Amino acid sequence: MLDSVEVTSRVGEILTSHKGMEGALLPILHAIQAEFGYVPQAALPIIAQDLNLSRAEVHGVMSFYHDFRENPAGNHVLKLCRAEACKSVGADRVAAHAQKALGIEWHETTTDGRVTREPVFCLGLCACAPAAMIDGKIVGRVDEAKLDGILGGLK
Amino acid sequence: MKIYLPLDSAAVALGADEIATAIRAQHPDATLVRNGSRGMVWLEPLIEVETPAGRMAFGPMTPADVPALFGDLAAHPKALGLTEDLPWLKAQTRLTFARVGVIDPLSLADYRAHGGLSGLERALGMAPADMVTEVTNSGLRGRGGAGFPTGIKWKTVSEAKADRKYIVCNADEGDSATFADRMLMEGDPFTLIEGMVIAGLACGATKGFVYIRSEYPIAIEVMQKAVEIARAEGVLGARVLGKGAAFDMEIRVGAGAYVCGEETSLLNSLEGKRGIVRAKPPLPALEGFLGKPTVVNNVISLASVPVIFEKGAAHYKDFGLGRSRGTIPLQIAGNVKYGGLYEIAFGLTLGEIVDKIGGGTASGRPVKAVQVGGPLGAYFPRSLFDTPFGYEEFAGKDGLIGHAGLTIFDDSADMLEMARFAMEFCAIESCGKCTPCRIGAVRGVETINRIKRGDAAAMPILTDLCNTMKSGSLCALGGFTPYPVMSAVTHFPDDFSTQKEAAE
Ligand SMILES: Cc1cc2nc3c(=O)[nH]c(=O)nc-3n(C[C@H](O)[C@H](O)[C@H](O)COP(=O)(O)O)c2cc1C
Ligand code: FES
Repeated sequence: MLDSVEVTSRVGEILTSHKGMEGALLPILHAIQAEFGYVPQAALPIIAQDLNLSRAEVHGVMSFYHDFRENPAGNHVLKLCRAEACKSVGADRVAAHAQKALGIEWHETTTDGRVTREPVFCLGLCACAPAAMIDGKIVGRVDEAKLDGILGGLK
Repeated sequence: MKIYLPLDSAAVALGADEIATAIRAQHPDATLVRNGSRGMVWLEPLIEVETPAGRMAFGPMTPADVPALFGDLAAHPKALGLTEDLPWLKAQTRLTFARVGVIDPLSLADYRAHGGLSGLERALGMAPADMVTEVTNSGLRGRGGAGFPTGIKWKTVSEAKADRKYIVCNADEGDSATFADRMLMEGDPFTLIEGMVIAGLACGATKGFVYIRSEYPIAIEVMQKAVEIARAEGVLGARVLGKGAAFDMEIRVGAGAYVCGEETSLLNSLEGKRGIVRAKPPLPALEGFLGKPTVVNNVISLASVPVIFEKGAAHYKDFGLGRSRGTIPLQIAGNVKYGGLYEIAFGLTLGEIVDKIGGGTASGRPVKAVQVGGPLGAYFPRSLFDTPFGYEEFAGKDGLIGHAGLTIFDDSADMLEMARFAMEFCAIESCGKCTPCRIGAVRGVETINRIKRGDAAAMPILTDLCNTMKSGSLCALGGFTPYPVMSAVTHFPDDFSTQKEAAE
């Protein structure tokens, strides 16, 4: 975990770089998550004060969106598409395989902290489905073997 | 030697970057252009090599196929012939996607050389009211789903009095089976920018936003670079192309909420709020972003504007069927042999699209159902394959064309499971503002689970619940979820009764 001095100073820099922007909260939250890997709770009151919002409002916005995390994810994030086009070619099977291989449900992280498994609803790869994203890298036509290869290659 | 290799997400997801690495290692002198995709996803990664006869296509490529590119091209095991002669491409009418897959997406010179900016040049010689009329006359309707006439929306904004107005491009593209927005932004970003500039000039707006979903990292990167180039080259800025009014724009990134594709939810999100749907009226055209008059248009709606100005409204309007004018980029997806993007005039039948263009299923099994229009669209059985592709024609069959995505399912699909998923998706993605959607979707999942267990009494409850969601929801998330659910029930009754019989 990060100490609060570090959070305060880096969040301050991010806020400065977003000064004057119309509707800056989402870009700020994205920038903070890009910096820390999650949105530290300690950042919320600092953002609130800067944007003249209540802390509850900032928390309300952050918690509305699936992308923003309150806690750090595992070392690797595996997102598997659960939407219709992927389902038509076996996404449920692949998801079940991942669940078994990793021993975790959706949104959970393996006990060794290595992998977090998350659902995503469409990556725009619907003509080369099932689709996945591993640490931001997109993969098409994922089957059980390809998934094993991906998981096996993770450090 | 000049080689084209797509930077398009589908190509990358199938290994394009690894092929780029192999080419650079083996032939550092070759000019490698990372272009958009031609849309033939089953052939991706598709490479093109420039030859005196034209561009030759090769695919689907693997790194092992790279060395042979530097030998006798005609003998290459993945040779497909001249790209322009490929039948799938040749039969299309590419207006909006004319440059996608052809040009270097980030070369403004390439863009100009292929007709780019000529629409804007023409618009600059017109009065704003005439620009709006041009769009109205083209018959263009919103490609984001609702099919609202774009010219009428622009007229409302252009006639509104305000100190600031905005053009907001909806690039949230959350529907399964849709990727046209992504392909356009990755393959020809200047077309979208040009369309937004024309919208700004026509409506008197000086600022534009493109709200792109976070699931599209490549589209975000390409659009950001394109905006910087457009600004540096004077397409954007204090005087558009040195003669017009001011217009500038910004790229914004969503945060994984499907409902933020709904225009009022999107506006709240852009303002930095929770993506809660707003009640209408007021219309965004009058009170949109920060309460100012705002055009909210889909990527494809805006990206179709340049060609309308370049070739004239009449040219565009000449294509199509009934009240569906122009062309539509079909996105053929799911369990399909030839999946990808196919731009064509409205009016083909569903059967022609699925069987002829798509070639049936990838699995080789019979087609059971086609979901048209994304997660809020109806499932069509083979018996409705004679439905022509048009807004009114699909509405007449209790369906919708939405953003023109088609998901094909073979006979292994369980339609009860698909109906249950539609309710589950609605429950996960509901913004929570209205009760029929927030609570109805949760009850919907439970009710379908009861049907699955063989509880016959649950079916009338599901029908009733769907009616409530349809008439009582604030937006089309809750309001249209009944489409996939009830179409599955209506057209595939066996999938909802077998379990029951087994239990009896
Ligand atoms: C739940 C929901 C999701 C939507 N998602 C999108 C989307 O991702 N992209 C889009 O352009 N329109 C989407 N729409 C439609 C928009 O509300 C709006 O009609 C559209 O952006 C207007 O642009 P157009 O007239 O150019 O189609 C969605 C609507 C609903 C109800
Ligand atoms: S449905 Fe999975 S990528 Fe589109």
